[in-house]
Amino acid sequence: MNNSKEAAQRAVRIGTMDAIVAALIFTLGALVVYESYRLGSGWDENGPQAGYFPFYIGLLVCVSSAVVFVQSLLRFKSDMRVFVRQDQFGQVLVILLPSAGYVLGIQLIGIYVPSAVFIGLFMKIVGKYSWLRSTAICLAVSVIAFLMFEVWFKIPLPKGPFEKLIGY
Amino acid sequence: MEELSALFHGFSVALTPFNLMLMFIGIILGVIIGVLPGLGGANGVAILLPLTFSMPPTSAIIMLSCIYWGALFGGAITSILFNIPGEPWSVATTFDGYPMAQQGRAGEALTGAFTSSFVGALVAVLMFTFLAPLIANFALQFGPPEFFAVYLLTFCSFIGTGKGNPFKIIASMMLGFAMAAVGIDIVTGQLRLTFGFTELLSGFHFLVAVIGLFGIGEILLSMEEGLSFSGHSAKINPRIVFQTWAKLPRYWATSIRSCFIGCWMGIIPGGATPASFMSYGVARQMSRDGGKFGTGQLEGVVAPETAAHAAGTSALLPMITLGIPGSPTAAVLLGGLMIWGLQPGPLLFVEQKDFVWGLIASMYLGNIAGLIVVLTMVPLFAAILRVPFSIIAPIIVVICAIGAFTVKNNMLDVWLMVVFGVVGYVFKKLDYPLAPLVLALVLGDAAESSFRQAMLLSQGSITVFWSNWLVGSLTTLALVLLAWPLFTALRERLRAAEQSG
Repeated sequence: MNNSKEAAQRAVRIGTMDAIVAALIFTLGALVVYESYRLGSGWDENGPQAGYFPFYIGLLVCVSSAVVFVQSLLRFKSDMRVFVRQDQFGQVLVILLPSAGYVLGIQLIGIYVPSAVFIGLFMKIVGKYSWLRSTAICLAVSVIAFLMFEVWFKIPLPKGPFEKLIGY
Repeated sequence: MEELSALFHGFSVALTPFNLMLMFIGIILGVIIGVLPGLGGANGVAILLPLTFSMPPTSAIIMLSCIYWGALFGGAITSILFNIPGEPWSVATTFDGYPMAQQGRAGEALTGAFTSSFVGALVAVLMFTFLAPLIANFALQFGPPEFFAVYLLTFCSFIGTGKGNPFKIIASMMLGFAMAAVGIDIVTGQLRLTFGFTELLSGFHFLVAVIGLFGIGEILLSMEEGLSFSGHSAKINPRIVFQTWAKLPRYWATSIRSCFIGCWMGIIPGGATPASFMSYGVARQMSRDGGKFGTGQLEGVVAPETAAHAAGTSALLPMITLGIPGSPTAAVLLGGLMIWGLQPGPLLFVEQKDFVWGLIASMYLGNIAGLIVVLTMVPLFAAILRVPFSIIAPIIVVICAIGAFTVKNNMLDVWLMVVFGVVGYVFKKLDYPLAPLVLALVLGDAAESSFRQAMLLSQGSITVFWSNWLVGSLTTLALVLLAWPLFTALRERLRAAEQSG
């Protein structure tokens, strides 16, 4: 009881995230500026060099993100809005981390098996459906996807050892 | 008039039972594609293109263009019911469509969206029928400075008419441009911003960004409150339809404006996406209820949908008359035409009368059929999507992954999709608008190359953008829009100072 109440209290403020994200964007902008400069951001006899356009874009990124950064610092004390609470963040991770794992699975053993596992496990653990329902639906989705993409439309999707066994 | 008789001949070509059947199948497929995030209009048409090779070209293009209309309609369904735009051009529909659904007015929003789409498409097709030769001539006069001026106008209108922190809008937009710049530079052949990753040779594809930012990002956002996310029910019965139809004529001005914007953006390769954003921005600026946009204004759905469909339809005009696709999906259709041995251009009108006018006739019929199909079948499509979130969330992730992969058959894109998902989540929470980012990503290369070509033409002089009345007015308008928030802020300050002083 206490734990979840605490989780609902602990939070990251918008001001904090604003500043961090602005700083990150600034870094990206600086990266773009640096790379554009390296490519050549002026004019040569053929007109604007490859880095011309991106240079100014990167510059604008840096300037605008710097302004946002300063704005967030100025408002830091007064702005009490929450970016995300710990319990909310936990819920986000519930789908984000398995999704990342799923993509890793696609990379390693193709798309059809990890899809079934992903959907099935999600239904079972998060949705609290029965084993029967979870397995039925996840297999159905996977098989339909397989028929649609491999057999009917002939669109190649990543496949792995399991598909090789059945001849694809 | 010669065009009318040709059109009637076209109707006789289109109104065969076989072609009519293909029309309905095409629309249904198109709506399904438009509804599923990730399968995309261009993607979907590309996937289904090989299926049509066994048909006669006229029937094939009729079916493909009906898939196109269906996707245009379908994108609105998920935008309104789920706040997940099924297509990039339905992003602007989420701004007011989803709030309407949240207020229980989904049926009204959907009817408004579909009817506006129909109106926009119909106007575009009418224009197509009668103005094709004239438009073709005018578009030929567009040089790089004019193209760049139009792009500038689109982007400046975003900054100028956007709510919220203009610096966040600029940052977001510039990030989009930066991403668009990644890859091989067309002019010099140099690799830009790839940092050694060979997979980034072709740069970031906007489809991957859209799938990640909007699809995955939305799911992450929705998970915050646990599994209470569910699509809003779409009660769409005849009463709601007629009620909404009664309300729509109020927005005739918005509708006409949006038709103009849409037709304009479709012809000069701008596409349905910028058309819908621009139309939304302009409508918000010019409407009496502009301040309420974003809270569930019917007008806020009418504007982008009309423009998007007008643009999507008129994008076929330069494709057929000049061989220049006005949108990514039009580009895929162009590929189909060439595979069938039909060369788009003025000669097509002369040599393949049956084909061209059959297509144009099917555009009328397809839109009518489309409107009927979506209005009657929305509860069905919506019911499919009201499956509990713990089942649908992973399924959407799977579909998004498939969508991201099939863009370039590249595993990196699927990883990028996840990254974009996190970015979308964070940006949405911090009020960094995503639309300018996507727009810049889509148009960035085109905008840059127009800029460079314009600069080359003028030998480095920026005055090329005021070299004639057309480009000059476009550029000036763009700069005015850009400075608008500054102007209004100053005015507010002066007024406040007056009152307190």
